[in-house]
Amino acid sequence: MYRFNYIFLSFSILILALGWVTTTLASSDPKIEMGISEYTKTDERHAIIKPKKESKATTDHTKLKELQGPFFSGPEVTKACLECHNTAGHQFMKNKHWTWDYKHPKTGQHLGKSVLINNFCTNARGNEGMCAQCHAGYNMDSPDFDFTNQDNIDCLVCHESTGTYYKTPTSKGNKACSVMFEGKPAIDWAAVAKSVEMPTRNNCGKCHFYGGGGDNVKHGDLSSVLFDPPKDVDVHMSEAGEGFSCVTCHVGEGHEWAGSRYEMLVNDETGTGKPGMPRDVASCESCHSASPHPITSVQGIKLNSHTQTVACETCHIPAIARGGVATEVDWDWRTMGKLKDGEGFKLKEYTQGDGHHRATYKSIKGTFTYAEDLEPMYAWFDGTMNYTTIATKFDPSKGPIDINSFSGSHDDPGSRIYPFKRMHTTQPYDKGNNTLPYMHLWGNDDSALWGNYDFGKAIEAGMKKNGIPYSDEWGFVETYSYWPINHMVAPKDDALSCSSCHSHDGRLDHLEGFYMPGRGKNEMLDLIGLLAVLGTLGGVLGHGALRMIATRRRKV
Amino acid sequence: MTMHKILVFKRFERLWHWSQMALIFTLLFSGFAVHGVYSLIEFGDAVTVHTWAALVLLALWAFAVFWLFTTGQWRHYIPTADNFINVARFYAFGIFKGEHHPYRKTYRRKHNPLQALTYLMVKIVIFPAIWISGIAYLLISFGQGEIFSWIGLGPIALAHTIAALAVLLFVIAHVYLLTTGHSFIDHVKPMITGYDDVELSNEELAYLKADEPGVLKEGD
Repeated sequence: MYRFNYIFLSFSILILALGWVTTTLASSDPKIEMGISEYTKTDERHAIIKPKKESKATTDHTKLKELQGPFFSGPEVTKACLECHNTAGHQFMKNKHWTWDYKHPKTGQHLGKSVLINNFCTNARGNEGMCAQCHAGYNMDSPDFDFTNQDNIDCLVCHESTGTYYKTPTSKGNKACSVMFEGKPAIDWAAVAKSVEMPTRNNCGKCHFYGGGGDNVKHGDLSSVLFDPPKDVDVHMSEAGEGFSCVTCHVGEGHEWAGSRYEMLVNDETGTGKPGMPRDVASCESCHSASPHPITSVQGIKLNSHTQTVACETCHIPAIARGGVATEVDWDWRTMGKLKDGEGFKLKEYTQGDGHHRATYKSIKGTFTYAEDLEPMYAWFDGTMNYTTIATKFDPSKGPIDINSFSGSHDDPGSRIYPFKRMHTTQPYDKGNNTLPYMHLWGNDDSALWGNYDFGKAIEAGMKKNGIPYSDEWGFVETYSYWPINHMVAPKDDALSCSSCHSHDGRLDHLEGFYMPGRGKNEMLDLIGLLAVLGTLGGVLGHGALRMIATRRRKV
Repeated sequence: MTMHKILVFKRFERLWHWSQMALIFTLLFSGFAVHGVYSLIEFGDAVTVHTWAALVLLALWAFAVFWLFTTGQWRHYIPTADNFINVARFYAFGIFKGEHHPYRKTYRRKHNPLQALTYLMVKIVIFPAIWISGIAYLLISFGQGEIFSWIGLGPIALAHTIAALAVLLFVIAHVYLLTTGHSFIDHVKPMITGYDDVELSNEELAYLKADEPGVLKEGD
């Protein structure tokens, strides 16, 4: 008994000592950042404006008297734009960047940022104050935004070229978040208005490279590296390559442009054209055709026949999150809400390729896992995405819930083997209704999750705001989301080799139901073949041995 | 009947045999790599090698078929029951007792009946199977797969692999049987020099002497 107590005592001392050491180390750890600021300096990289090439446009906007100002707000600039571009407003008000609304033509599902739930920050709906910084409009602070007032269109976010333009939350968050946007220099509205031009990577990237709440968090193939990518990261967008802007491929007319991940095209049957030619598809085949490889070699011809079954991206994007910026692959909301001295904090324990530290823990969001140079997940895909929406009931016992699922198979001539980034998240759900809930994340009140750290209150408020029944009971559910990979196309020498897939344990080893040479999947045939060869060898060796024995006996 | 050294395997036949051998070995090696049996050669390289070797072999076969029919050499492959049982018996029993091979090469039949039947089967069953499935596979690879879409690549590849296994079994047996005569060299030599000992009737000898200069070995 005494003995036990001694052991127990020494053990306790050891634990205490360890605890003291860890706390001391932790409090002096430079990787801890106090506060819950979510402000991403999206202008940090792209603010370096390169000397402009001589414009071929017939209007020099810097000389227009309508744009000389003075302007005191965005909508004033928009009014000036629409005076001359008098159909642009009507055009843009049909665009997803404005409506945040999409009706899927095949599944009939009601989609778009205004209604969807994802497995990152979960929902923009009800959190417009924060999320609508990436709405191409002004003053969207709730779902009740007036979508018919064209003066609220934000022309500048897509067209300004000074790199000094920015947007801030349209409503107040919790007091802990109020420090986030302080100290920004005032916008020189006339200067940004006069700088307008066709959108560049800087304009699109400001939002699309930071989806999911940070650099490359969401997509994996869209990161700040693409503001000025080296050639090996993106052969199209690199200045050392083609120097394409986003709209070189995502072309269109009338403020509608090609490319959608709700209804994707895995191949282009509409036709091909040169970059910049009006067309309504943004697939690789739109420019490269379905026979892009030289027919002067066996491999070239063979590769061309692959385009009927394999998407170009599968071989030509060998890995995602390249170039030094990591992507998130796992988000665990369960650990949300830990505080230090009553204050929220971030733990930055992941150092990515470019040397920046990324938060592995945020009090307002939970725990993150990152990946770089990540091998994509491959699956047959016919281009149609199905979503788990606010109205979708699921069975939480059936393993991770697919936030978006897709169909496709080897037997469907319209399907291709496609690369995806798969995101895994453990997030709250409505335990009584078996649905995903809307959470109230952003707000200057006592139920906003970001500041109060209470899932129950945040879900209740989020559901109530939108008039959606809530069972008053919540739990955690695992989810997957799938992000088709199209960007970061590598130079052709970096494309996957044949044996990346045509081998045992290759990248496509898990795809079943069809013959693929080099995988060695026909075990029956291989067994019969082996037995036949061994049998024949055995037969001739036996015959030979008998002959030798017989010869020897005759000699004796 | 007397024994003479005569030219049994003409120059084209020897060229055909040895280039076919080299191509078949190349095809077996690259083909089983494509099938995924081993990875001694990169998959893409295996496909390239296999495709080119197959195209060359197809061209060679086109010449060989033409040669067989224009020279009348195809008659050597007509199946015959004469001596068939004796030859089969020899390989099953006689060979162990030190018996002599019951078959003598003649000017009209350079293969023994078992051999002739085997080569015939190779020519009319295994090779057609491998080139029909192989050409179908190639057409699919070259983007002309619509005509075979009702079969699919899987069954075509399966047929091709089974035929390839049959070729491999033939090669093993063929090489082994070279050891069953006086010596391995004695069997291989005629396919290199073209000359072998053949029993000739007086009429045949007179004919060859008069009308086929070069077939009878000089000084024989």
